[in-house]
Amino acid sequence: MHLPISDKIELNILHQNSHQAEKNKIKFNNYNLLCLNIMSSPGAGKTRLLEITLEDLSKKFHSAVLEGDMTTNLDAARLEKLNIPVVPITTGRACHLDANMVSGGLKLLEKKINPNLLDILLVENVGNLVCPAEFEIGEHFKVALLSITEGEDKPLKYPIMFREADLILITKVDLLPHLNFDINELKSNIASTNPKADVIEISSITKSGFHLWQDWISKKILKFKNN
Amino acid sequence: MEEWAEKKNKKKIVVEKINLKIGEFTCVEPISLINTFNAAVLGSWLDSSEITIETIPFEGKCSKCNRLYFPKKENGYKSPCCNFNLEEIISGRELKIASIDFKEK
Repeated sequence: MHLPISDKIELNILHQNSHQAEKNKIKFNNYNLLCLNIMSSPGAGKTRLLEITLEDLSKKFHSAVLEGDMTTNLDAARLEKLNIPVVPITTGRACHLDANMVSGGLKLLEKKINPNLLDILLVENVGNLVCPAEFEIGEHFKVALLSITEGEDKPLKYPIMFREADLILITKVDLLPHLNFDINELKSNIASTNPKADVIEISSITKSGFHLWQDWISKKILKFKNN
Repeated sequence: MEEWAEKKNKKKIVVEKINLKIGEFTCVEPISLINTFNAAVLGSWLDSSEITIETIPFEGKCSKCNRLYFPKKENGYKSPCCNFNLEEIISGRELKIASIDFKEK
């Protein structure tokens, strides 16, 4: 045996995922297709958000969904009723989507529709505030939902998710009169973690704030298409 | 690792240590990573190797006075000097293989 040798590598552990995410992004760009990665804890309202959003959005823009779920196609079945292309991605025991899964989902989507005809791809990630934040999928923007029933402290407890997000949607705000919840404290905690994020309050019951969210998406699509 | 090993001629080397740098502001728990690694390499060509983890501190920069500081959850990650929100992260997001120690057979 020889003396030990130390070889400097300086390689990201998630290098393979990042590499695939870059390839996905190139594909999205070639298709002129804006991709949003929608993330939250389970039950924050991602699927309901998409149901309501797509009812209006699909009148203006050609939309499709990649629907990540651990063990069922229940969410995908809900969205398929909107008559838009939906591809379920069942992650099995994995608690997040990774770039390879999204690449596979995109291949299935290509069999359903020519992605050149699409304007926006919404990827609903698995409900989890930890791992999805670390795994790039090739998205152009990250959107994190936080429902007020989860508590004001979540941006501090799960800082990476909220730090990484470009937009934070505070959901279920119709419940504010019924809860002992300080929305200013939540906003302050969001600002502490990520002062650059856009923040919109919405309710899937009253539909308040949905016009702001729709505007946000529309502006992103138009800006992306013009670049 | 496989790519690296193939370049080194895998059959002629023994990996002793894989040295990682993990930032404090990542979603990785070092103990879990070590346990998972030890389980994953059992019976493989990396069976006799171990991983070491250098923890990289979570450091931010105050956007008002440019001082470096260690953001704390208890303080909402704000700068202690000016009580400003955390805008710039200097370190703590690392998640990488820094180096590999090996011997030639």
